[in-house]
Amino acid sequence: MSSSTAARSKAGAASRSTAGVVTWLDERLGIGALTKKQLRKVFPDHWSFMLGEIALWSFVILLLTGTFLSFWFKPSMAEVEYMGSYANLRGLHMSEAYASTLDLSFDVRGGLLMRQMHHWSANLFLASMTIHMLRVFFTGAFRKPRELNWMIGLALLMLGIIEGFAGYSLPDDLLSGTGLRIAQGLMLSIPVVGSYISFFVFGGEFPGDDFIPRLYTVHVLLVPGILLALITAHMLLLVYHKHTQFPGPGRTNNNVVGFPLMPVYMAKAGGFFFIVFGVTALMGGLLQINPIWMYGPYNPAEVTAGSQPDWYMGWLEGGLRIMPNWETNLWGYTLSWNVLIPGVLLLGVLFALLAFYPFIERWITGDDREHHLLERPRNAPTRTAFGVAGMTAYALLWIAGGNDILAYEFGLSLNAITYFMRVAIFVVPVLAFIITRRWCLSLQRHDREVVLHGYETGVIVRSPDGSYAEIHRPINPVRAYELTMHEQHTPVEAPAASDANGVPAPAQGKERLRSRLSHFWYADDVSKPTKEELEAAAHHATNGSHALEDGHGPASGNGAHLGIETSGIVGGQDFGLEQKPKAP
Amino acid sequence: MVRKLSTRRRHPLAGFVVLLFALVVAGGLYSAFRPAVADESGKSDAQLIAEGRQLYEVGCASCHGLNAEGIITERGKNIGPPLIGVGAAAVDFQVSTGRMPMARPDTQAPDKPRTYDEGEVDKLAAYIASLGPGPAIPDPEYYDVSEATDEQIARGGEFFRTNCTACHNFAGVGGALPEGRYAPSLHGVEPIHIYEAMLTGPQQMPVFSDEVLTPLQKRDVIAYIKTLEDQTAYGGLELGSRGPVGEGLWGWTFGIGALVLAAVWIANNGVRAERKKP
Repeated sequence: MSSSTAARSKAGAASRSTAGVVTWLDERLGIGALTKKQLRKVFPDHWSFMLGEIALWSFVILLLTGTFLSFWFKPSMAEVEYMGSYANLRGLHMSEAYASTLDLSFDVRGGLLMRQMHHWSANLFLASMTIHMLRVFFTGAFRKPRELNWMIGLALLMLGIIEGFAGYSLPDDLLSGTGLRIAQGLMLSIPVVGSYISFFVFGGEFPGDDFIPRLYTVHVLLVPGILLALITAHMLLLVYHKHTQFPGPGRTNNNVVGFPLMPVYMAKAGGFFFIVFGVTALMGGLLQINPIWMYGPYNPAEVTAGSQPDWYMGWLEGGLRIMPNWETNLWGYTLSWNVLIPGVLLLGVLFALLAFYPFIERWITGDDREHHLLERPRNAPTRTAFGVAGMTAYALLWIAGGNDILAYEFGLSLNAITYFMRVAIFVVPVLAFIITRRWCLSLQRHDREVVLHGYETGVIVRSPDGSYAEIHRPINPVRAYELTMHEQHTPVEAPAASDANGVPAPAQGKERLRSRLSHFWYADDVSKPTKEELEAAAHHATNGSHALEDGHGPASGNGAHLGIETSGIVGGQDFGLEQKPKAP
Repeated sequence: MVRKLSTRRRHPLAGFVVLLFALVVAGGLYSAFRPAVADESGKSDAQLIAEGRQLYEVGCASCHGLNAEGIITERGKNIGPPLIGVGAAAVDFQVSTGRMPMARPDTQAPDKPRTYDEGEVDKLAAYIASLGPGPAIPDPEYYDVSEATDEQIARGGEFFRTNCTACHNFAGVGGALPEGRYAPSLHGVEPIHIYEAMLTGPQQMPVFSDEVLTPLQKRDVIAYIKTLEDQTAYGGLELGSRGPVGEGLWGWTFGIGALVLAAVWIANNGVRAERKKP
C-alpha cells in the first residue's frame, strides 16, 4: 500500500520496522485504504480555525482529569464527620460528597491539582466553544450546507453548560448548594408543573438525599456520553463538508487550500493539545479555583457574599439580578415572572434564536446556494450587527451577574448598577447594532477606496503652485483580489403586485415582508468596484502621478482628478466644489 | 589643656562639636526639669470624663449634639445619631479604627488613620459611657486568640459562615451592600475591634449581643478570621478570593488569551519556509 511504499523509501531500521507494523496491520485491517483519504484531509491555515480545537482538547483534558477525580469522589449525601487534614473543618458534620472532595483536595496526592485542572478546563471548554461559535457566526460558516453542524455545535454548548453546572454542584459545598437552590427556584417558577418537576428531580423536598447521586450519574455518564457522540458527529460532518476557508487567490468555493492532516496538521493539532494541556496544568497549579474548603459544607441557612455561578451561567444570574420583582396571582396560584422570565424564558430565547438563525437568514436573503468560502464580517453588516448586539446584551447580563463585586471593587452603588442595567439591556444592544452596521459599511467603503485608489503612502507631495497631495500606491494584486472577491449581495425583490395583464397577484404578504427585510439586510452594502472602475482608477493613478511629476498642479485637469480620487488631498482650492464619485 | 582647646578652636569640626555638646546639655536639662507626664491611669474617672467631655465638644458635638443626644434633620434623618447608651466599646471601635470623626457626610464611614491617640479614646469612651449604660471595652481574654485550639477555630468557622459570610464574603474580604454601602474586609483588623464590632453593630452591621453569640463564641469567630488571614493559599494565587467572577475573568483573559496566542503562532508557523510578506 502507499503508506508502506512511502515508509520503505526511507532508510533506517526504525522506519523499516514501522513499515513492517503498518504493513502487517494494513494486510489485516485494510487501514491504508480506510484512512488514506482522511489522512490527506486538508486544513486551511488560519488561527481562528483552531478555536474549536481548544474546546476539543479541553474536552479530552476533562475526560482525563475527571476520571482521576471519580476514583475518589463519593457522590453520597450520607452525613459523616470530617476527620481529614484540613484543620479548620475537622470535626464538622457534612455530606460524604463534600468530605470526599476535601479528601481529594488535601489527602490525595495531586488531587487538588487535578480538581483545579478539571475546573479550569471546564471554564476553558465552554469559553473556547463560545468563541468558536462566534467565529463561525461572524464569518458565515453556518450557511448551507453546515446548518445542521451549527445546531449540533449549539447542542454541544448547551450540554456543556449543563455539564459544567452539574460539576459545580456536585461537591455539595456552600456555593454548590446555593446554585442548586437557584436552579430549584427556576424549576418552581415554571407554571403548573414547577413543583412536580422539583419534587421529581430532588426526590422530595430540597435538597434531599437523592439529588447528588443522580447528578453524578448525569455528570459522569449521561451528558459526557452525549457530548462524545455529538462531538463525533460534529467532526464527521466537518470531514464530510470539508473545511471552510477565507477567500483568496486560488481559494474558491470548490476547493480547500491548506495542509494535509498527515503530517502537517497531525503535528500542529497534536502539538496544540500539549499546549492546551500545558496552559490548563499551569492554571491548575498556580491559580486557585473553587476553594471549596473556604466555602464550607452546604447549609441552607448560610450564604456567602460573592455567590456567583461559573462564568457561563453568569448571564442568567445577571438576568435574575436585574429583573423587577413582578408576580401575578391567579386563582390562588402565583406566577413568578421575576424568575420565570430571566431564568427560564431568557435561556430558551437565546438558544432558539441561535438555533434558527441560519434558517432565518437564509429565508431573508433567499440564498439557497452552498457556501464554502467565509465572509469577512464587514461584508455581511447586518449579520455582524446582530451578532454584536447579541454579544452586547450577553455582556450586559454578564456584568449584571457580578453587580455586587463591581459595586464593592469600584465603590459603586449596587442599586445604581441594577437600575442602569434595567434600561441598558434594552437600549445598548440597539445602539451596538446601529454602530456596528455603520462601522461595517464604512469598512466596506474603505475597502473599495483602497482597491480603487491604493493605499496611503504617507508621502506628501507639494506641487509647484503650493497645494499638497498624498501619494497613493496601488495595493498588491493578492490583497486587491482578497478585497474584491466577495460576492455582491442583492436584495430579494417583492413580486410585482399585478402581472403584465393587470391581474392582481394573489396575496403575498410574506413575500413582501421578505423583500423588505432583505432590503434592510443588503441594500446599504457598498458595491465593490467593477472592472471598468478598476481600469479607470488604474488609468487615473498612472496619469495622476505623471501629472504631479510633470509639475501640473491639482488645479489642472488630471491633477484635480488625482486629488479627488485619492481623497487624500489637502488644501486643494476647489476641493469642496468637486463631486466625489458616488458609489453606484 | 586650655591652650590645646584654644589652638583647636578654629578646627573645621569645632562648630559641630560645640553644637552637639549644646544639644546634649539642653536635652538633658529638659528631661531633668520637664513637668512630670500626667499619668492617665492615675486619673480618677471623674477627671477622665471631664476631659473626655472637652474632647467631645470639640470633635464630635457638631454632629452628635452638645449632650450626645444626636441631631435630627428636618426630614427626620440623622446628622449624627444619639450616643447615649452606645457604651465605651462603640467609642473604642469607631474612634480607634479612624471611622469617627468622619471626614465628610457619606453613606458609610470608612476606616482611616486614627485622629485620636489611645489616651484620648479612653477619655471619650469614659465620657460616653457615663451618659448611659452600654457595652464596655472587652477584656483581652475574650479576644486573645493566640491560644485558640483547632476545635475552637473550626467552631468559629461555623459561626462565621452562619453569621458573617453573607456580607463579609467567605474569605472575609468584604462585600457590597445596597445603596453604595459595603461590609469591609476583615483582614488586618485588630481582634479587639472585631469583637467590639460584633458587640455594638456599627453602621450597617447587626448587633451580635452576648445572648446571640456568647463572648467565647465571639472569640472563636475571631480565631477563625485570624486563621483566614494567614492561611496557606493551597490552590495557588487566590485571585482576590471573590469566587467565580474572578475565576471567570482569569479564565477568559489568561487562559483563552494564552491559547488564542498559541493558535495564532501555530497557524502562522511551521510549514512555510519563509513568511509571506504583505
